Amino acid sequence: MTSLQPNASLQSPDQGPFQRKALQFQPSLSRNRWNLFFTLLSAGFAGICVLPLFLVLAYVLFKGGSLISIQLLTQLPPAPGLEGGGIGNAILGTIIITLLASLIAIPVGVGGGIFLSEYSTSGPFAQFVRFGTNVLAGVPSIICGVFVYGLIVSTRVFAGQSYSALAGAIALAVLMLPTVIKTTDEALKLVPDELRWGALGVGASKFITITRITLPSAFSPIATGVVLAIARAAGETAPLIFTALFSPFWPEGLLNPIASMSVLIYNFAIMPYEAQISLAWAASFILVVMILAANLFARYLSRFAKA
Amino acid sequence: MTPFALADAFRLRRRSGSEKLVDQGFRQLTIVLASIVGLVLLGILLTVLSGSKEAIDAFGFKFLTTSSWDPVSEKYGAFTAIYGTIITSLLALLIAVPLGVGTAIFITENLIPLRVRQFLGLMVELLAAIPSVVLGLWAIFVMEPFLRPILEAVNQVFGWIPLFSTVPQGPGVAPAILILVVMILPIITAISRDSLMQVPPELRQAAYGIGTTRWGAILQVILPAAVSGITGGVMLALGRAMGETMAVTMIIGNSTNFSWSLLAPGNTISSMLANQFGEADGIQVSALMYAALILMILTLVVNVFAQWIVRRLSLKYS
Repeated sequence: MTSLQPNASLQSPDQGPFQRKALQFQPSLSRNRWNLFFTLLSAGFAGICVLPLFLVLAYVLFKGGSLISIQLLTQLPPAPGLEGGGIGNAILGTIIITLLASLIAIPVGVGGGIFLSEYSTSGPFAQFVRFGTNVLAGVPSIICGVFVYGLIVSTRVFAGQSYSALAGAIALAVLMLPTVIKTTDEALKLVPDELRWGALGVGASKFITITRITLPSAFSPIATGVVLAIARAAGETAPLIFTALFSPFWPEGLLNPIASMSVLIYNFAIMPYEAQISLAWAASFILVVMILAANLFARYLSRFAKA
Repeated sequence: MTPFALADAFRLRRRSGSEKLVDQGFRQLTIVLASIVGLVLLGILLTVLSGSKEAIDAFGFKFLTTSSWDPVSEKYGAFTAIYGTIITSLLALLIAVPLGVGTAIFITENLIPLRVRQFLGLMVELLAAIPSVVLGLWAIFVMEPFLRPILEAVNQVFGWIPLFSTVPQGPGVAPAILILVVMILPIITAISRDSLMQVPPELRQAAYGIGTTRWGAILQVILPAAVSGITGGVMLALGRAMGETMAVTMIIGNSTNFSWSLLAPGNTISSMLANQFGEADGIQVSALMYAALILMILTLVVNVFAQWIVRRLSLKYS
């Protein structure tokens, strides 16, 4: 019976070596109060962090969404001081520039990524390319604009034209390039070597192995990265304001200035006219919806990568 | 183990002439495509350097310390813009780091259900996707009018401090700092979250085992273990804040007059470029290129330092 004594003392709270109270959670202890304080603080920080997204989304969706109409999507912007009009040229322009930039950046980026992961993973040249990719990713977007301005716009290399859609697309392609290279490099590294051995075993050449085996099996992570890069490029303004410039007319070929939604928002937001400002909100709505849809699509694509 | 490397296995095989040609051609093609990155970087450097040569010869290092920006008498000094770039990005960082790291902790801890945490993480990532020009539009028409009474009150109470000495009149440095906070929060949160998740759970269990509370473990064990990754993320965010253009240009007021006050309109290098580059000519273009060169050097130093921190200081948990 004596061996049961400690157990019994635990059951009666005020006797024995352990006081039962000490084993219970006591909210009044200073450590527990600090714990609660920090928990609430971090919850508050998370709230503050998410708040801007809700506020921005709410304003853009309500203010911009209420303006959307067929006329808005198909007409040209009005002259300053006039009412009505639309942003049809800017929507078309954004699509053209982004498409053109993708056509430049995706082949170059995927090719560079293939070199990094399939041909030279650790050579000095590959290390240099990797370092360069990281540096290029950190170059401010406005500098890309300055670069293309100095290289193409001010020198008028393209048929004597200065500002052009092509120049804008090249500036955007420079921005997209590091993302595409990095995602391709990392996606190809995830492809198990057994697949490459298997391809070799059935007699495939290196070229066939890459194009038929390795690239297709890394398709979904690469596509995720590419979609994210395109979404980011579609919203970029800084590289376009002095390369593609802006145009109040429908696109006139690739060698002339072209309208885009992001530059339209920038130009119209600082105008003192109500009609222009509401067009800026409408363009924000379309741009944000397009970019968020692309982001959600990229998340959907990345689900296949894990499976 | 395999007797020879995969790359050799492909090369040592007997190949027909045409197959060899295609293989080699493809290899050369990828080398050319990979070297485009280097060419672009070199091109950016050469363009900006050659463009700024005239201004470097004319103004020298005085460009960095004088604040006159006078197209009429062609005297240029970028001190206002350099000061603006540094003060806006550093103050934005000061606000965003506690907010971002706090949010990252909240998302990685099991305080609330996993679904809610994933939703919060998704929200923060989507915030990063909103174009900066849209944030600028929002800042002009929603944030700044809301903020103005608050800033006016700050001016009335703390007006004797040089930093708050002017009456706010719309666009200014303070709203620009706040919009920068919104823009860099997602970067800091995402990278801090990744670093916190990499801390092995054994560390936390050991801390709990010797009787600490949740926040005792977080502040004294988990955060110190993740600090290198978080620092790298903070440096990346600093680089982004210094180069950020559109939202800042739209809300900072673009004044080339120097003022210590955060409530007065100001300028950053990138906002100056966005604002003036299109209409500039002569030596003003060169002066702007010089400013672009300074911005490039600043962001390059910060980014290389960030990469170095992440690579050298990161604790490797296997």
